[in-house]
Amino acid sequence: MKLIINRYNPENDQAPYEQFFEVDDALIQPDTMLLEVLQMVREQDPSLGFRSSCQEGVCGSDGMNVNGKNHLSCITPVTSLKQPIVIKPLPGLPIIKDLIIDMKLFYQQYQDVKPFLQATPLNPSQEHLQTPKERAKLDGSYECILCGCCSTSCPSFWWNPDQFSGPAALLAASRFVIDSRDIKHIERLKELDSPTKTFRCRHIQNCTDACPKGLNPSRAIQELKSIMVKES
Amino acid sequence: MPKSSTNNPATKNLLENTLSFDAVIVGAGGAGLRAALQLAESGHKIAVVSKVFPTRSHTVAAQGGINAALGNVTPDNWQWHMYDTIKGSDYLGDQDAIEYMCQEAAEIVRELEHFGVPFSRLENGKIYQRAFGGQSQNYGEDQAHRTCAAADRTGHAILHSLYQQNIRLGTTIFEEFYAIDLLKDTQGAINGIMVMNIHNSEYQILKSPNILLATGGAGQVFRTNTNAGINTGDGLGMVLRAGYTLQDMEFWQFHPTGVAGKGMLISEAARGEGGVLRNASGEAFMEKYAPHVKDLASRDVVSRAIAVEVQQGRGCGPNKDHVLLDLTHLDGEVIKNRLPGIRDISITFAGIDPIEQAVPVFPTCHYMMGGIPTNLKGQVITPNQDNSQQVVKGLYAVGECACVSVHGANRLGGNSLLDIVVFGRKAAQTISEQIALSPANHQAELDTASLQQVMERIERWHNAVDNSVDNLVDNSINNSEDHNKPPISDSVALIKKDLQKIMEQGCGVFREESSMRHALQQLPFIEKRLQTVCLTDDSDIFNLERLSALELENLLAIAFATANSALARQESRGAHSRIDYQQRDDQAWLKHTLYNHQTRSLSYKEVNLNPISREPFTPKKREY
Repeated sequence: MKLIINRYNPENDQAPYEQFFEVDDALIQPDTMLLEVLQMVREQDPSLGFRSSCQEGVCGSDGMNVNGKNHLSCITPVTSLKQPIVIKPLPGLPIIKDLIIDMKLFYQQYQDVKPFLQATPLNPSQEHLQTPKERAKLDGSYECILCGCCSTSCPSFWWNPDQFSGPAALLAASRFVIDSRDIKHIERLKELDSPTKTFRCRHIQNCTDACPKGLNPSRAIQELKSIMVKES
Repeated sequence: MPKSSTNNPATKNLLENTLSFDAVIVGAGGAGLRAALQLAESGHKIAVVSKVFPTRSHTVAAQGGINAALGNVTPDNWQWHMYDTIKGSDYLGDQDAIEYMCQEAAEIVRELEHFGVPFSRLENGKIYQRAFGGQSQNYGEDQAHRTCAAADRTGHAILHSLYQQNIRLGTTIFEEFYAIDLLKDTQGAINGIMVMNIHNSEYQILKSPNILLATGGAGQVFRTNTNAGINTGDGLGMVLRAGYTLQDMEFWQFHPTGVAGKGMLISEAARGEGGVLRNASGEAFMEKYAPHVKDLASRDVVSRAIAVEVQQGRGCGPNKDHVLLDLTHLDGEVIKNRLPGIRDISITFAGIDPIEQAVPVFPTCHYMMGGIPTNLKGQVITPNQDNSQQVVKGLYAVGECACVSVHGANRLGGNSLLDIVVFGRKAAQTISEQIALSPANHQAELDTASLQQVMERIERWHNAVDNSVDNLVDNSINNSEDHNKPPISDSVALIKKDLQKIMEQGCGVFREESSMRHALQQLPFIEKRLQTVCLTDDSDIFNLERLSALELENLLAIAFATANSALARQESRGAHSRIDYQQRDDQAWLKHTLYNHQTRSLSYKEVNLNPISREPFTPKKREY
């Protein structure tokens, strides 16, 4: 199995470069995931930098650009990939080392949409009631794992990362706008209603295409926009 | 030439860059973030140190749910929950701690709901509750529905909501910082911690009279496990190196349904929603082992049953090495709505859609019942010379890394998420009280000897860099018959693999004197290899090889604790299942083990059989 991996260590390198690696085909099973292959490469070269944690697609640590598309390496079967497999860090954010990017801006955008429930305070003896139908509206928005695959594949994000909230943050925003328990949805909508924050989304669909959890941030943003139009 | 000689961390001005806090929390999973929330809300100056971004902590992977006797689906009360938990623990759990946890459960789950957790709902708008293993109504009668769930992503929903609430309060989080070791003051109390910024290998002392460890589990000590790669027991290693003990380290839960050959978890919720285990002839074999509750017996019982079926030749597949978890008789919509995550995992890792086909499963290491001994308030305790128990001043522990002993010898599904939030909140309350009592502790002087010890450990891994390819290992230390291919060139990664293999063979689902002794004989070779191995990466930016070496030191200490404790306990109880001592022996072994790594010796502690508000549950034969 042949891989071309982007390398960059700012201690020694002026610019990122490509390095060729080869892993013995005998070690590859039909269900081998890319993360396992990267771990084999790291055994050859322990300096190779990439993040990983859960190894089963729920923590969002190992987002990377594989053959031109953003993926989580731990749930990407290598046999599905054309060789040599070209692996780069997620695009559009600064590289810290090799495949590890600086996600500060991505997290800041998330924090900026106030991603926490703001509800009528209740005493601890009772829960907010929410019908299964109201709860079902949250399906497709609360499952986001903050891997960054969506935002870093979005041209609007690349062009205006300092202004456009990006698909992940907007998906989180929509999750609270539509939560029947949240009482601040008017304020939330007002804050998001700007030509750069929400309306810079052009529905190119890269985010939805890239989401490893099968979520649809583009549709969520569309719904946000239509609620804004209705409420204004 | 090794770079470390010009970049020695000891030369950096550590003491001048020291930061002080009212409390430092190590770990940003459910326990750490729940504690942080409490302390931040009380207005204290706190820091949370996490080696990964908080939502990447292992709490995120918890699937099935969190237990609370809400009684939303079946009648329930906390005393039934208490009984089930004590029985599930095989009577090794401390009854006062279990009593407290079960009493707090309903309120703390409603609190989580207030924090924004998107629980699944019933038609009447209340929180949905599902059946789980080991749950009963009225002390052992009908199955109870006690597990509150957000589909099968409950841990994800809870961890993200807790993180979000910490964003609301502006909690200070040191993300991608690795906690290396505890520091003591001149009086011997814990009053600081050495951390490393993973981004640039800069070391820093965070000083505080209150250090709370919430570093999670250590399942990486076994080869096949459901744990995240980050679960290396860092808090436990720190505690052992500081000279304190670990409790009940022989008790490791093997979850019955890991994806066969892989280990990813298929939640117990799959059986709670009606899934059935079958052997090669299609027989629903749990009827034989737990005639009353069948597939919803406690996890140790189900794991052993699967292991026995396979051992006796009734396993499935070409190698007869697993059984099948059959959900095909369930309504496809139930699977899509209630078990979407496990459907994803089955399709991704086994290539099987559980709506159409049964999923191959086998027990896999899942949860550490033992850990850092604490009292109900989250304070770490340690035995005195006369075996009385004493609070370690300045040190607290909660969550999987801790052993307040609510899980005893076996944890019930749905109780781990409960444990982390109940005791996360409680420890934070204790710390608040401590801060109110003694704010002046900030001034305490660091003990130079404890700092020196930590510096030596740091320097060891900076100086152990060898860029040449001839870092040949002395083959005489690879003389174990289990390592028939001694590495020409040793590495941290190879040593870790060998350690995991040794532990899996020596202290797996079934144990006996010879297997455990064998493991104990091999561990010193691993120790020697770790002492002599060289690193190849001398970079200071995201040096994951060095990080892995520090983590491996923790895993190795945990392996010693596990093998020593397990070999000593000559009985079968809960998850500790011995071929050579098949019965539970309350006469000799109704007690906790305490392992001290410096003396490599064990001492013992009584199980607390005295709940505060009700009669104790006296140990009886455990049947499901």
